[in-house]
Order: sequence, then structure tokens, then C-alpha cells
Amino acid sequence: MLSSTGHPFIFLLPVLAFVIFWVMAKFEPKPVGVTKKSFFERNGTPVAIYLIVAVAFWALFMIVLPQLFMVEMSFRPKLPPVEMGGPKDLYTFENYHYFIYGSTTSSDAINWVHIKAFFLTILASLLVALFNFALCYPLAYYMAQAARPARVRFLLLLLIAPYWVNEILRAFAFRIIFSSGGLINKMLLGAGFVDQPIDFIGNDIALYAGLGYAYMLMMIFSLYNAIETLDHAQIEAARDLGAPWWHIHSFIVIPFAKPGIASGCTLVFMLSAGSLAAPLVLGGPRSLWFTPILYDRFFQAFNWPQGAAYAFILLLACVSFVLLVLRLGRLSLGEIAK
Amino acid sequence: MTAAVEIDHLTVQFGLFTAVKDVSLQIRQGEFFSFLGPSGCGKTTILRAISGFQEPTQGTIRIGGQDMNGIGPNQRPTALIFQNLALFPLMTVAENIGYGLRVRGVPKAERDRKVGELLNLIALSDQGNKKIEELSGGQKQRVAIARALAVEPKVLLLDEPLSALDLKLRQHMRNELRAIQRRVGITFIYITHDQGEALTMSDRIAVMNRGKIEQIGNGRDVYEHPQTSFVASFVGENNGFSGTITKVSGDQAEIETSVGRLTGLNKKSLAVGAKATLFVRPELMRFGAQGENNLAGSAADAAYEGMTTHLTMKAPDGSSVVATLTGAPAREFPSEGSAVSFAFSTSDAIILPA
Repeated sequence: MLSSTGHPFIFLLPVLAFVIFWVMAKFEPKPVGVTKKSFFERNGTPVAIYLIVAVAFWALFMIVLPQLFMVEMSFRPKLPPVEMGGPKDLYTFENYHYFIYGSTTSSDAINWVHIKAFFLTILASLLVALFNFALCYPLAYYMAQAARPARVRFLLLLLIAPYWVNEILRAFAFRIIFSSGGLINKMLLGAGFVDQPIDFIGNDIALYAGLGYAYMLMMIFSLYNAIETLDHAQIEAARDLGAPWWHIHSFIVIPFAKPGIASGCTLVFMLSAGSLAAPLVLGGPRSLWFTPILYDRFFQAFNWPQGAAYAFILLLACVSFVLLVLRLGRLSLGEIAK
Repeated sequence: MTAAVEIDHLTVQFGLFTAVKDVSLQIRQGEFFSFLGPSGCGKTTILRAISGFQEPTQGTIRIGGQDMNGIGPNQRPTALIFQNLALFPLMTVAENIGYGLRVRGVPKAERDRKVGELLNLIALSDQGNKKIEELSGGQKQRVAIARALAVEPKVLLLDEPLSALDLKLRQHMRNELRAIQRRVGITFIYITHDQGEALTMSDRIAVMNRGKIEQIGNGRDVYEHPQTSFVASFVGENNGFSGTITKVSGDQAEIETSVGRLTGLNKKSLAVGAKATLFVRPELMRFGAQGENNLAGSAADAAYEGMTTHLTMKAPDGSSVVATLTGAPAREFPSEGSAVSFAFSTSDAIILPA
């Protein structure tokens, strides 16, 4: 158990991490035939040690350990503090069991509410990513290949400026715009397109719009970076050979930008699936989004182990889904990180 | 017979800058036609106007007699070979060559047959499945040519495609390009700043400077009978002596320069008092002999190139005069600083307006 045997483990880990990074630096693979200085010679010993310690600390305390604690916690029962580390504190699958079968007091055999929310979240996040791609591709292409540099700078400023407003404020602004008495409904009513206000919020339209908008920059920048490195002569060559515009995009630009597209879609998908502010603010009364349920496990049910299990399920699902899509698209993780 | 390409009073402006000024010319069917000029002379702009990537500000371009105004690059019977070739890196050699056919919806069997023929033409028959990055520079050139020829253009446009190659390969590709052009028999329009390329490959050359055509003619015309000072000094090496015409007699004239009075052919019928430049090719300069025109000075530099030696003489006025020596004199040049004399015949010198 961590509480008893965990302490030496916790103190040993940083040392272990340091040793691993030190060995990596020491035995850094060198290109054959190139006389390159070693990591220590390049940086000087004090700086090299600082870099190793800093990276080890960062990797361990910011990334690995917190996640490990969450994973570990997800396998423990919910207990009052006095009983933690006691005889009842045994590893268990009950939190994962709960996600699928629900509480023992429930009449349903399967925990449909949570499972449905989970799959809807994954599906909706996927749609948000695809919608975002469709929305951002023309703009990214225009900025990367067609616009003059001054115009590109201006557009980038226009894109970035709204993100100075914080996420929650933006979500509430969307709620106001999309509400039944909001700007859009007023316009539609005034123009006579509809006789009664459309329930954007109840139909989750506001939610999807808010999510799409919240992570648009991730998509734009990924696409822009990828398309920008495409030699413009390639596009002209295709045109010169008789290709219509859609052929150029489908067979020249998009295949070339595939790593950027994958990277943008991955980011938007992951962030949407894990988003909390937009579903809380823009979700309708019938909205089923997984993150608010997850949030409730922690702060309404005060069941941290169960929350951890839910978070871990979401993380695992997202990562496997992304890896699967990359596999299908024949892309490596290294390519999309470029 | 209608011209393959007819350029009629073409002007192209970029903002306030005029890249091409009122250019008119006709390119014949099946001709290897080159635009030769320094960078920024407007030759690439003309090429882009012919291919459709650049809208003319004024004027008309006709290909096979048909006005091309408003017709996009993908609808024109031209194919362009880009300076950096612009091969598609994600496609194989065969896919690159077949791209234009695929776009046109040519069935796969027909496409494969055509690509096979073209791979044969460029002597890469067994390399169709290779990636572009696996090819050498010369092979990439040939793939680019095959890709352009696949769409059976009436006119093939080449934008300095050899400039990235090393010297040996460049010379080899000149012959190859010429051979391909003879075999396929279509019109080639070639853009270059390298006069060697233009002279060896072209049927006719248009020498351009500052957006204007200075002279159109075959290689010999342009080299031996330049019509302007720019052509005389840009095409090949030349010694130029500037001054004022002092005497005109028959087809000859005398010009007063800072190295003395010189005589040459007055091809442009300049009158006494006109500002002019007399040009003599280095290979027509004779070293150590006396002739109709004589120049004396001190030896400044001898650039030995094996077959020839370029001997530079410092004239009393400080200007440099170059003589190209071949044979025995090329191996027995004077030491630096020693007194030397050059001579040339009046009939070898051309006087052109300054």
C-alpha cells in the first residue's frame, strides 16, 4: 500500500528519474562519422545537471506522478479518512464496475445514463473536430497560400484577439446570443424566417458552436503550419496540368497537410472531450456530456476514487481512439508533432 | 500557317512597376524558342502570362490562333516546367507523370500505357514505382518533362529548369532537351539567363532587358550581329569602348575613345558626333601583333582554362581589355605588369549606339 510502503518509493522515484535522464544524456546516440560534443561538453557540467534535474522534475512531478496517483486512486474504495490505509483499503474494480453497471441500489442492470453520456461525448467531440476542420481549412489555406503577408498578420490578430477573453465569459456570451430571447432568435424572428424562437440551447446547438469556437485556434494553427510549408509551385503545377480546384485540394494539398490535419483534429477532439466550461454553461437541461458527470463524482458525490476512475476511462478512450485514427491514416505520432 | 504562340502588344504591370513593356512576337510551330535576359528582365513574367498564371495588363496572347484572355492555366494547351520542377513528393514517378491524365479522367489502362511510353522516352522505364526523392537531379528533370508531355501540350514552357544542376549534368541535359524536342516535335519556349544554354539549344532567341525585347534572332545573329549595346555585352564576352563618332566612311566609322581612335563597322549608320560604343569579341583580339587597330598596356591577369587563356590587359586609361588566346600563345603568356599590345581588324569590330 502506498501509505505504508509508498514513502521510500516516492523518494526513490526522483532519484531514479534523474539517473534515467543522466544515462540518456551520457549515452546520447551520435550520428556516425560526425564528431559532435557530448551533452555535458556542449552545455557545461553545471548547466547540464540543471537541465537534467529540471526535465526530470517536470516529467515526474508535473506529468507522471499526478497521473499515477489518479490511476492508483481509481482502484481504491471510497472510505472515510480514518479508515484509509486500514483493513478495508484494498484494491478493487468497484469504481469501474459502477461505470458499467451503476449502483447496486439502482433498478437498471446497466448504467445507461453514464455510458450514453460517455459515447455521446466521444461522438460529439469527433463531430466538433470534423466541423472545425471544415470551417478552418479554407481560412488556413487562404492564409498559408493565397494571402499577402500583411493580410496574414492582420487575420492572425483578428483570430487571436477574441481569445484574450476568458473561456467562461465567452461561453456565457454564447449563451446570451443563442438564448430564446437572444440576438440570433431576434434576428430570425424579425426577418420572418421563424414564428417562434428556436431552442438552440436545448438542442445542444449552442454547446457545439461553443465547443467548436473554443478550440478553433488549435485547428487553424495546425492547418496553417502544415499548408504553409507546401511549395506554391506544386499547386500551380497541378493547375497547369489541368486539375480543377477540388482535385488540387483532395490530391495535393490535403495529403501534404495530413499530419497537420491529424494534429489539429486530435487537439480539438481531446480538448472537446475533456472540456468542462462549455458543457456546464451551454449545455441544455437534457444535455448529456461526460465531463460534468465526472466533475460531479468529485465535487457532488465526493467520491474521488470514482471520479478518478471516470477520468481514467475518458483518457484511455480518447488516447486509444486517436491512436486508432492515426493508424488508419498511416501516420506516426512523430509526424503530427512536427 | 498560324504561329504556335503569338504575343501581341503584351504589357504586364505590378503596381507601379512595369515588368513587361509592349512586347510583340510570334513563335513558330515546332520551334525551340528562348527568352534570354538577366534576372528581373521580365522573361518569367512573359512565361507566366503564356501559361495563364499572370493576367496581362494590356495586350493579347494567342495560342494556335486562339485568344487566351480569360482562360485559366488548367484550360490552356500549354504545360509548364517549373524552375524547382514542383514534382509531387507524395506520389511515385509513374503517378507524377500520370497526374495530368488522371485529372482528365483517362481510364487507368490507357493511362498506364501512356506513362509507360513516356518512361521509355526519358529512359526511366524500370523506375516508375520509385519515390521522387530517390531520383537524382537529372532524373527528376526528365520526370518533370515527362509529366508535362503527358498532357500532350501544344507548347511546352520551361522556366530555367537546368539552373539547379551542376555543370556537367547541365550540358548533358541541354542535348537531351534538344533531342526530346526533336522527337516530340512540339513548340518549346525556354527561359534562361544562361546564354550558353540559349545559344546551344534554341532555334531562335529573344534577348530581353528591362521588360523589352532587344533582339530576336538565331544564335549566330545574336552573337555575331548584335543590334544593341545590351545584346553585344550580355550575350558572350565582349570588349566595349565608349566614345563619340568622329568620322564616317562607307560602312565604317571612327570613334574617339579614352584609349584612342578606333575604327569598326558602322552597322547602325550612326552620324558624326553620336555617342557610341565599339565592341570587339575577346577571341577576335590578336595578342602581340599589329593591325588596323592597336591597343597597348600592361598585362594584368592571365586566367588559364586549359584549352584557352583569357589575358587581361590594363589600358593606359585604367580600363581592362580581354583577349582569348588559343593554341601556342595560350601557354606562353607574359608575366604580370609587362608591356603587351593587342590588335583587331576593323571588320571584326561593331559600333552600336551607346
